[in-house]
Amino acid sequence: MNFVVSIVFSGAVVTLLVLIPWVGVGAFDLRVLFGIVIPYAAVITFFAGLVAKVIGWGRSPVPFRIPTTAGQQWSLPWIKANRVDNPKGNGGVVLRMIFEVLLFRSLFRNTRMEFRNGPRITYEFEKWLWLFGLLFHYAFLVIIIRHLRFFTEPIPFFVKLLENLDGFMQIGIAPLTGYQLPGLFLSGMVLLAAVGFLFLRRLLSAQIRHISLPGDYFPLFLIGAIGFTGILMRYLLKVDIVAVKELTMGLVSFHPTIPGGVGVLFYIHLFLVSVLFFYFPFSKLVHLGGVFLSPTRNLANNSRAVRHVNPWSYPVKTHTYDEYEEEFRDKMVEAGLPVEKAPEPEEEASEEETGEKE
Amino acid sequence: MADLPKPEELVQIDHSPSLHKGLLGWMDTPVRIREGIALYAGKPQSLEYVGMPNPREWNPLDEDWKLPENWKEIILDGLRERLDRFRSLKVFMDICVRCGACADKCHFFIGGGDPKNMPVLRAELLRSVYRKEYTTAGKIMGKIAGARELTYDVLKEWWYYFFQCTECRRCSLFCPYGIDTAEVTIIGRELLNLIGLNVDWVAAPVANCYRTGNHLGIQPHAYKDMIDFFCEDLEEVTGIRPNPSMNRKGAEILFITPSGDVFADPGTYTAMGYIILFHYLESLGLDITWSTYASEGGNFGFFTSHEMAKRLNAKMYAEAERLGVKWILGGECGHMWRVIHQYMDTFNGPADHLEVPVSPITGTRFENAASTKMVHITEFTADLIKNNKLKLDKSRNDNLVVTYHDSCNPARGMGLLEEPRYVIKNVCNHFYEMPENTIREQTFCCGSGAGLNAGEDMELRMRGGMPRANAVRHVHEKHGVNMLACVCAIDRAALPPLMEYWVPEVDVTGVHEMVGNALILDGEQKRTTDLRGEPLPGMEEEEDV
Repeated sequence: MNFVVSIVFSGAVVTLLVLIPWVGVGAFDLRVLFGIVIPYAAVITFFAGLVAKVIGWGRSPVPFRIPTTAGQQWSLPWIKANRVDNPKGNGGVVLRMIFEVLLFRSLFRNTRMEFRNGPRITYEFEKWLWLFGLLFHYAFLVIIIRHLRFFTEPIPFFVKLLENLDGFMQIGIAPLTGYQLPGLFLSGMVLLAAVGFLFLRRLLSAQIRHISLPGDYFPLFLIGAIGFTGILMRYLLKVDIVAVKELTMGLVSFHPTIPGGVGVLFYIHLFLVSVLFFYFPFSKLVHLGGVFLSPTRNLANNSRAVRHVNPWSYPVKTHTYDEYEEEFRDKMVEAGLPVEKAPEPEEEASEEETGEKE
Repeated sequence: MADLPKPEELVQIDHSPSLHKGLLGWMDTPVRIREGIALYAGKPQSLEYVGMPNPREWNPLDEDWKLPENWKEIILDGLRERLDRFRSLKVFMDICVRCGACADKCHFFIGGGDPKNMPVLRAELLRSVYRKEYTTAGKIMGKIAGARELTYDVLKEWWYYFFQCTECRRCSLFCPYGIDTAEVTIIGRELLNLIGLNVDWVAAPVANCYRTGNHLGIQPHAYKDMIDFFCEDLEEVTGIRPNPSMNRKGAEILFITPSGDVFADPGTYTAMGYIILFHYLESLGLDITWSTYASEGGNFGFFTSHEMAKRLNAKMYAEAERLGVKWILGGECGHMWRVIHQYMDTFNGPADHLEVPVSPITGTRFENAASTKMVHITEFTADLIKNNKLKLDKSRNDNLVVTYHDSCNPARGMGLLEEPRYVIKNVCNHFYEMPENTIREQTFCCGSGAGLNAGEDMELRMRGGMPRANAVRHVHEKHGVNMLACVCAIDRAALPPLMEYWVPEVDVTGVHEMVGNALILDGEQKRTTDLRGEPLPGMEEEEDV
């Protein structure tokens, strides 16, 4: 699978995914299918799939305590231990996980290796992946929370608050002729910019291009398409927002309805989101759950202080001291090493011969 | 054995996989097993001795690896079993997003440029088979889903690349999900061992260790001879002959160190450092014994399988119990400490026959080792120094301009960072750190860990050690560093040839060798040489010819 095939394939699939509801709703009027059946199925698949995945991981035990220690251990009282990067107890682990999940601490360590023949190897500033990765995830989170306005009545205060924060840039936007542009949400733009960065990085860095699979390009394209259709709906090809809310409230209250006046663009957007939900549990996107279960991050580094138990531990065959002494007794006695059992003089000659077993 | 290329040939590295390779895709780039990189195969007698599967003569450079007919079934069953046993493996198989942050963190990729040595890709070698066998998407969509069949070639690729990883965990530090290539490699090697795919440099030490108690196969009388020999040398240097005890019942503490330290320079000088320290402490109340049965701190079983690691590790507690000691003191070693710190108690504990370690000299209770009951010697010595129990003459190490190499395992599998530094700074006057991206938790591997310390893979080792050597050269040029200190026996074996190749002006020492030099014994003669028999600063003329 080379990168050209990967990109073309992923692009083609996303294009197809746009065409399906376009034709389905536009030509065949399958609004119930695309507006009710598929979204429900997608959400069920998402939750069931993700729960199954997490339970699957959880079913495998953690036989050994293997945190990656990223700072000074707790040992002597006068040596300052790093409680977050090398946690001694659960409090430190919680902090470490918070830093990891909310701030991508490990990725923040990232550097870029510069290699010049000589060799002169240096490690340069490279926080872009961290920055755009963080922007991508937070923009996504803001967008998801903003979308709660379509699923709640009345709309909770924090959604409105977030909308205001997200839309604080609106004053800077000049209205286009003929359109009354609503306030610009930063999050949508940031999301698309981050998707663009992540894609270009994959494409332009020879190393990353080499390791990338279709499963890396596809979600980027899909999320890009979701963002793009959303932005189109909000700013340019406006949809009947009241009708859309009627539909989404119907879904969330389990009284699904298909109001009139909702354009095909909305169905495309909804279908792409549904696909993302379907795809999620079967893809690398499960890192959402997996990051919490990573044994190199979520365990305290206290295995010398507190015994960690391996549930499937089984007895193994060892070479006992008695077996060892049996083989080397005469040599040990001769060298003046203490032994458990005094050698029997008459067997000495024969032992000597078999002593050099190999 | 392949000829080792010259340094200027070795540095011709392209870290950007060519467009041609890119167009082929890594899955379709066939593995080419190269001399100088690959290790020799494990010998049948080594495998037989410990009852490992499929012992036979075979050669990795041959087409036919003489595998059992049902090798694929064995591997896939083994993988399934391990997915059910290790959450680490299961999670790591699923959550990698191939962000590539790990790519240029691996010393083998930096020094070699082989794309399959990017940690992400090394793990993908296994992950691709996992997807094919155990995920719906992989079964249906194959390569589109990043899945591929386990073929003979894929198996060879596994062997080749799982033995080009030193399990140093540097990549796991940078991974946003903590995916640990060491875990993938450890389990990958465990799978390969199910069908008799091993390397001689691991299999032989394992068999030796099982039989004689140590990797080098030193038998008890010879082990004692070597210790006696060190004592003779020490008598020459100090005028005092220490008398360390071996296999002595009723001692308070059992001392276990890697056998490399009693076998080859410069590790031997570290061993002499231990002996001198213990002798010094005797009059202060230290009651310690060595053991010929538990005569190995390291654990090459760890490079074979979890089971073999457990089998070899069992000797430590068994011997401690037999001798009736209260706790165990461990010498300077890298992976030894990963095993002791993160595995031993789980493997072979609980060690209820032992007590929470208390330093008999300072009274310090090592709460951090309350359960495992084993203390690292730099923890022990740092505590002694802090409590002013050691009379030290730092100036004896004034010929040395020292930098410190953190061994991977104590750094990233334990967090032993300050203890050795504290000891070093108290026994020598000239100490300089290497650049921060290359030390402490970000330390670079010596390039020879995890059983790769053989002779036939010297090119691999010189490549893998390149980033470390590069940092050493930096401080050598900037501060005149001429001594690389470490707390690892593999380092002491691996770094001298690495320095010889890249930075010939720099030598290698264990931390306790410098302690041994600085320590002022009661009633010692005026020292004119260090433990190596080289003149101390200002004593150049006084040396006997």
